[in-house]
Amino acid sequence: MSVGHALLGLLADGERHGYDLRRQYQRRFPAAKPLAAAQIYATLERLLRDGLVAAGATERVGGPDRTVFAVTGHGRTELERWFSDVEAPSEYVGSLLSMKVTLALLIAGESTAADFLRRQREAHLARMREHTRVKSAPDADLLRVLAADYALNHLDADLRWIDTTLQRITQLAKEIRP
Amino acid sequence: MTTTTSRQPAEPVTGAVLSGRALVKSYGNSPALRGVSLSAARGDVLAITGPSGSGKSTLLLCLAGILRPDAGEVRFGDRRIDTENEATRSRLRRREFGVLFQFGQVVPELTAQENVALPLLLSGVRRREAMTAARLWLDRFGVADLADQRPPQMSGGQAQRVAVARAMVTEPEVLFADEPTGALDSLAGEQVLEQLTRVAREADTTVLLVTHDAKVAAYADREIVIRDGLLDADANVDHSASSIGQHRIHP
Repeated sequence: MSVGHALLGLLADGERHGYDLRRQYQRRFPAAKPLAAAQIYATLERLLRDGLVAAGATERVGGPDRTVFAVTGHGRTELERWFSDVEAPSEYVGSLLSMKVTLALLIAGESTAADFLRRQREAHLARMREHTRVKSAPDADLLRVLAADYALNHLDADLRWIDTTLQRITQLAKEIRP
Repeated sequence: MTTTTSRQPAEPVTGAVLSGRALVKSYGNSPALRGVSLSAARGDVLAITGPSGSGKSTLLLCLAGILRPDAGEVRFGDRRIDTENEATRSRLRRREFGVLFQFGQVVPELTAQENVALPLLLSGVRRREAMTAARLWLDRFGVADLADQRPPQMSGGQAQRVAVARAMVTEPEVLFADEPTGALDSLAGEQVLEQLTRVAREADTTVLLVTHDAKVAAYADREIVIRDGLLDADANVDHSASSIGQHRIHP
């Protein structure tokens, strides 16, 4: 998801200055990488230029002056359009795993390919354990739980592919190198 | 490659609560286990995974002393249990092991509290004491308010929590669970698993969890994969034509 839409959405919830926006971003999207201040201001510049947000009053709260930003009518229309659009289903990491298996079978052989898949499976499951720990923590809020669920389900999809490929690795090896 | 050498059964780890060595089991002519070794330490939460028919449930039944392996041995602590007679193994299961399956855990005619008290009553604990303990374990699994209800009045998730409480009421050394959340929707299943693993860790109970679901396995500390009756690393790879160097890389 684009940072622009994320900030636009947060501003549609209430006008804020850049510093506050950055905190809100971390609070609302705990699974996302934190944004650098420069990235926030660059994005706000762009939103201003496109007329999606407007700069309002300047606040001073015991520090530097801070400009408050608010979403415009145009900005709200853009958000509505964005909500109604589906996102392109991405190809995920599976295509890379699949390429690696094909190449391993082509030039190294079945046990190398199977070995790679097993180690990949372990790596996936280790990551799934981490996400499970995060969501099982007694103080985990629902936002964190749902972010972990999202990651878990995607990792699980890869892992199922790894399992079914492992089960048919001999057949695949024959097909690739008859 | 280490896969060829790992066919040698591993020695049971010293101090293991439960271990199996070179376990073999067939049903008629079809082999289910073809030489599996594993061990679990106190407090280990271990997932046993693998495709349907891989032998993972058979492995669990052998380790729990429900099935007798054709070859190999099962040890509970220092004690070899696969050679014990059925009465001894049954007593062991009642006192030291908890067993949990996907279905048919709870007796529909009994209340939740009576269900949980049942294993204690069967071991000769007095009714009052057993019912008090049952209440405590229902509370630990967040279903104390269901104490007087019967299973048909409960949701699947609630009934399974009662079943987990019943498996834990004897404070077993080892809890054996075979697809314990397989009949539940994913959210209810996760809540059961979360409580099960948390309570087991608090009680330092070793858990052996059979599942085909990686999301379930992710609740465990480690995983053992069974394929075709063998530990995965030993299974079903054609070693005759493998590893880089034996193939010519074409330009």
